[in-house]
Amino acid sequence: MKPSKVLIIGSGPIVIGQAAEFDYAGTQACKAMREEGVISVLVNSNPATIMTDEDIADIVYIEPLTVEMLTRIIERERPDGILPTLGGQTGLNLAVELADGGVLDKYNVKSLGTPIETIRKAEDRELFKQLLLNIGQPVPPSATVNTPKQARKVVEGLGLPVVIRPAYTLGGTGGGLATTWEELERMVSTGLAASPIKQVLVERSLVGWKEIEYEVMRDSADNCITVCNMENIDPMGVHTGDSIVVAPSQTLTDKEYQMLRTASLEIIRALGVEGGCNIQFALDPKSDSYYVIEVNPRVSRSSALASKATGYPIARVAAKIAVGRRLDEIPNQVTGKTMASFEPALDYVVVKVPRWPFDKFASADRVIGTQMKATGEVMAIDRSFEAALQKAIRSLEFGKRSLLWEDPMWERGKDISHYPLEPNDLRLWAIMAALRRGITPEEIAAHTGIDLWFIDKLQNIVTMERRLLSETLTPELLRQAKRLGFSDEQIGTLADRLPEQVRQLRHEWNIRPVYKMVDTCAAEFDAATPYFYSTYEAENEAEPLKGDKAVVIGSGPIRIGQGIEFDYCSVHSAWALQEAGYKSIMVNSNPETVSTDFDTSDRLYFEALDEESLRDILENEAQDNNAPPSIVQFGGQTAINLAGPLTKSGMPLLGSSAEAIDLAEDRRRFEHFLSVLGIPQPPGAGVTSVDQALNIAQLIGYPVLVRPSYVLGGQAMEIVHNASELARYMNLAMELDTGHPVLIDKYLQGKEVEVDAIGDGETVLIPGIMEHIERAGVHSGDSMAVYPGVNLTDEEVATIVDYTIRIGLALKIKGLMNIQFVILPSSSGSSVYVLEVNPRASRTVPFLSKVTGVPMVKVATKVMLGKSLKEQGYHSGLWPKQKLIAVKAPVFSMSKLLGVDTYLGPEMKSTGEVMGIDRTFDAALAKALLASGLMLPPQGAILFSIADRDKPEALPIIRKFSELGYKLYATEGTAAMIEAARLPVKRITKKLSEGHPNVIDIIQNGTVDGVVNTITGGQVPLRDGFHIRRAAAEKHIPCFTSLDAIRATVEVLASGSRSYTALPLPERRKESP
Amino acid sequence: MTGYQEMLTDPSYAGQIVVPTYPLIGNYGTSEHAVESNRIQVRGFVVREECSQPNHYLSRQTVHEYLAQSGIPGIYGVDTRAITRKLRSYGVMMGMITSNKTPEQALAELKTLPDYGTIDFVRQVSTPTPYEWEPDLSAECRHHIVVLDCGLKYNILRILRRHGCRVTAVPCTMKPEEILSLGPSGILLSPGPGDPELLDYIVETVRGLVGKRPIMGICLGNQLIARAFGAKTFKLKFGHRGGNHPVRDLATGRIHITAQNHGYAIDPDTLKDGLEVTQINLNDGTVEGLQHKELPIFCIQYHSEASPGPLDNTYLFNKFLEMVREGSEFETL
Repeated sequence: MKPSKVLIIGSGPIVIGQAAEFDYAGTQACKAMREEGVISVLVNSNPATIMTDEDIADIVYIEPLTVEMLTRIIERERPDGILPTLGGQTGLNLAVELADGGVLDKYNVKSLGTPIETIRKAEDRELFKQLLLNIGQPVPPSATVNTPKQARKVVEGLGLPVVIRPAYTLGGTGGGLATTWEELERMVSTGLAASPIKQVLVERSLVGWKEIEYEVMRDSADNCITVCNMENIDPMGVHTGDSIVVAPSQTLTDKEYQMLRTASLEIIRALGVEGGCNIQFALDPKSDSYYVIEVNPRVSRSSALASKATGYPIARVAAKIAVGRRLDEIPNQVTGKTMASFEPALDYVVVKVPRWPFDKFASADRVIGTQMKATGEVMAIDRSFEAALQKAIRSLEFGKRSLLWEDPMWERGKDISHYPLEPNDLRLWAIMAALRRGITPEEIAAHTGIDLWFIDKLQNIVTMERRLLSETLTPELLRQAKRLGFSDEQIGTLADRLPEQVRQLRHEWNIRPVYKMVDTCAAEFDAATPYFYSTYEAENEAEPLKGDKAVVIGSGPIRIGQGIEFDYCSVHSAWALQEAGYKSIMVNSNPETVSTDFDTSDRLYFEALDEESLRDILENEAQDNNAPPSIVQFGGQTAINLAGPLTKSGMPLLGSSAEAIDLAEDRRRFEHFLSVLGIPQPPGAGVTSVDQALNIAQLIGYPVLVRPSYVLGGQAMEIVHNASELARYMNLAMELDTGHPVLIDKYLQGKEVEVDAIGDGETVLIPGIMEHIERAGVHSGDSMAVYPGVNLTDEEVATIVDYTIRIGLALKIKGLMNIQFVILPSSSGSSVYVLEVNPRASRTVPFLSKVTGVPMVKVATKVMLGKSLKEQGYHSGLWPKQKLIAVKAPVFSMSKLLGVDTYLGPEMKSTGEVMGIDRTFDAALAKALLASGLMLPPQGAILFSIADRDKPEALPIIRKFSELGYKLYATEGTAAMIEAARLPVKRITKKLSEGHPNVIDIIQNGTVDGVVNTITGGQVPLRDGFHIRRAAAEKHIPCFTSLDAIRATVEVLASGSRSYTALPLPERRKESP
Repeated sequence: MTGYQEMLTDPSYAGQIVVPTYPLIGNYGTSEHAVESNRIQVRGFVVREECSQPNHYLSRQTVHEYLAQSGIPGIYGVDTRAITRKLRSYGVMMGMITSNKTPEQALAELKTLPDYGTIDFVRQVSTPTPYEWEPDLSAECRHHIVVLDCGLKYNILRILRRHGCRVTAVPCTMKPEEILSLGPSGILLSPGPGDPELLDYIVETVRGLVGKRPIMGICLGNQLIARAFGAKTFKLKFGHRGGNHPVRDLATGRIHITAQNHGYAIDPDTLKDGLEVTQINLNDGTVEGLQHKELPIFCIQYHSEASPGPLDNTYLFNKFLEMVREGSEFETL
């Protein structure tokens, strides 16, 4: 029976292990529901998603993903079905909780697709193991345990090493490979803490076995197919999300392929999955033995990858199966002729490479294991493995770090032990370096467990490097290098030419890429998919699109600082182009996203986002030598960085010119620009010596914000409070990089405010103003922000609007821009300073679009196409303020990144965001805190460890907690202050090195429910402070490092915040006048 | 994407130049475990990339060495997708791999050669003499299955043997009475190359076997049974190739993923005398399976023996042996 109204739970904020792939899945599910005539009710706390667009789902709630909130929404909407398997682990867990709590029964909501019972069987290690044994499928010897003691006993039987896997967690949080008893103890403890049911699996280690995955579909009539298989290049022991993955498998014989395929079908049938399912196997490289490792009874990161790798839309088909469709009733959109009950045939190689955040977190533990650490991934397609891999590496956008990059430490590496070949983010580069110095592929394969086939392919790349270094560049050699995926830049480096010269040679010799189609059927059927990849072969299948068209440059892999928001913008730009009668051409390299869904745009090029591939695409799309224009405003820094190179090579841009972009981004030019306009900015200068720095700082006054103008990996921005801190910073910076100046700005400790605006050269529309809750100094991506500003005077707002309009007009912005301000209030009228201007769509565009109802990307895209704001019905100035309050809160993935300090500062650390929206500030903030996992329980204990400088400011906050009945714990100095204020407090006297119970113990053993810890300033983190913050992250309890945030939080707690409401997004706006 | 060695040794490819669509061929080398007949059957092999450094614990030779040893020409480095698209548009065609002729010369020579469709390859690939597969004199076999070798794949024999049958393969020219004199409890008509219209002599043999013993037909065997009952076959534009063809079982509605390799199909409108269509191809609706209303005869157009391809349809051998068991019970009564 087909349901009429279905609840779809999204996956919430982007965290490591749960990224844009679930926006893609949820968006496809909503579209599928619409096609089937079923009303969709979508709930997600993440505003930066396409699925929360009002024209994707029928009814959209942007609310915290809690059982309580979902229950209220179910009560209000009365859906007759729920789709549990499309919102990642979050959605799955919530559906199970709703079932367990009797909510689904109470309101007569049927779980659709894969039954809840199946989910339980697949997720509960013990049930799953029993089920596999019943159908004769081998599982690694293992046992589930609930205490470290049980674990020890089990391992006495199994022997070390063992793998620890916590039940019901994302991305293997808290798991790992334990090779010693100490590691076992530690991992079992963290694993138990991470598991919502306090259960971990201890399992025989299969390190070195091949890791193979199958994506399987099954419908209610028991029809089953496999969409594709994938081989992890990193053998067992590395999380598949952190592995380099190739599709299809490369080293399996047909017998092995079919053996595992058959096992997959038997498993999906035994489980009774109705929809999609991912099954992971370990295969012995020396026999046909295998084990079943894991089953995900839902769409996953792997299924998104498989969808993009094959053209088979797994989530869409899974959603249709859930409402009763059979595989043979669902048309294959790609061919238009065949049905979803077939298995895609690939005639290309797909390589996925994870994008790790270690460029941002230099102190993080870079070792890769069973706990995922990557924030995102890239995919590349080509007709050879070498080329697909090299394109994927280019797609990572690590600047100059092609496969040629080496760590200087490796230079003297004569034997294999010099290279970091244990699993880590640089292993691929280390292998390349080792091969270059004559270490044999066999040695490396034996050392790493990576199949020799892959290492031999890397050796092919090294061999070509040598040829390019030593031989004369001939057409034949150049063609061969291109077929192995060498970029013009790499070839130039090796053959001693500029990239542009290589490009010239290519054109002279007519060596250009052709574009081939991803068609699901290896050309067996005539397909109409507009989905292409480049390769160096004979036949080009991508004839230039006819008519008016424009290229949208996407944002590449998800990383800290450039998240799903930019995919949201890219997708909307493509749609706006179509609405305006233009054909949209999307270029992107990220397989997780909606933008790389082949039906988002008129044509998709799955390619690296660099100058070479963009120019090749633009040349391929040129008609009568006229390349189509590119839109660079929506793909984050990735796209905007291409403005200059494209303009220089004569390619047209839509929107603000490369000149305007350069003016805003070049510090010196921008300074001059603002002073001409008479708009103030914080005083500062660039310096190249310690003395200079001290002089400047003396002149402008401490505290100052310091940052290198040329950012080296992890060399961060800092707020410096005195001369000795500055000297330390400068010495370090000079040591690392002597050529470039360090920028010193006066750190203005005021209110931080940001606006997004749209300009067309004559009019500047400001949809809304956001005020940060933390004072300036916390990166805007990491701070909580509220719309509309709640503490801004009319005069301040007027100044902000005035500055924005003047800057927009003077820069001749055509499209979007974002400006960050800091306001220093004073009795005589506050001063507003401009911190920075970004001549592009910012992270907050989806948030503001949803809150204000102004479709900002659409409006901006139309402006770029020549339709003025006036023609679109907009005027200069601030869009009417809505009567709602929305709070944006950042979300971090710190528990997964060992070694990273969690305090908030000028360097961005968050991976995602949530929105809390309601009628009052307290309710909105309460929702944002709930949704971001920062909400404190209504009663409990809080640990305070406050820097001396912050103590006076902290006292009123602490007092409030005490009044509300919270138990206070504090470290020595903080406790003294609290006692002096005559408040009850438990003093934790012991430092970490002084035995137990110490401050870490009371976090680990659950004594406290939250931590407030401000840093002492500078970068010499009080060792204890660092450990306190890490312990809180690993224990998954809220840790506040900003007094502004904790002050706002305690006020919410005091207000008894439970008065919030559940309302669909558009109705919230309707409440506005 | 896998299974190239099985393809190379599949007699149904006799006389053909084969172009795999997957670009990387030879990754896991070749071994004695993946042969489907006693020699390489293809006449030429065209790949995008041939792997000169295969890696697999069972591998003995590279694909290049394997082909070279048998004197079979291969070519690599060409745009195989472009070739596939040509074949899709213009249908299967004659081809030539040459290192010393211009395209014009090659074309001229091709035109002088007999067309693929006019040659009886079955006679060339069939075993000259009967042989028993892995005879095991110690074991008592419940059933004796005779496989008429029109170009059989070893995996058919392996599967039957694994089911505990005694298995004898016989030449395609063997007469019905000779076959029956071997004392079979069931007869399997194997797959094989080429146009079934050229095989009147086997059609006659099948007519002589119908009703005498349970019969299962695979691929060419399917077409031979249809022809024995008077149906006609026709040439498909570019045939069905590969391991991903969906087939619908008309009785149950179930979809089966099948391995296919055939260039001809049965015209369902010409079926008569008790044969019914039981399965169809979901992509183009062509006949994929037949069953006789009364007699213990069924056949399928795809390769239930897999190798290469999905193992989803090996259940059909159970169905056949069930038929054989019922048949022999009937006989003992």
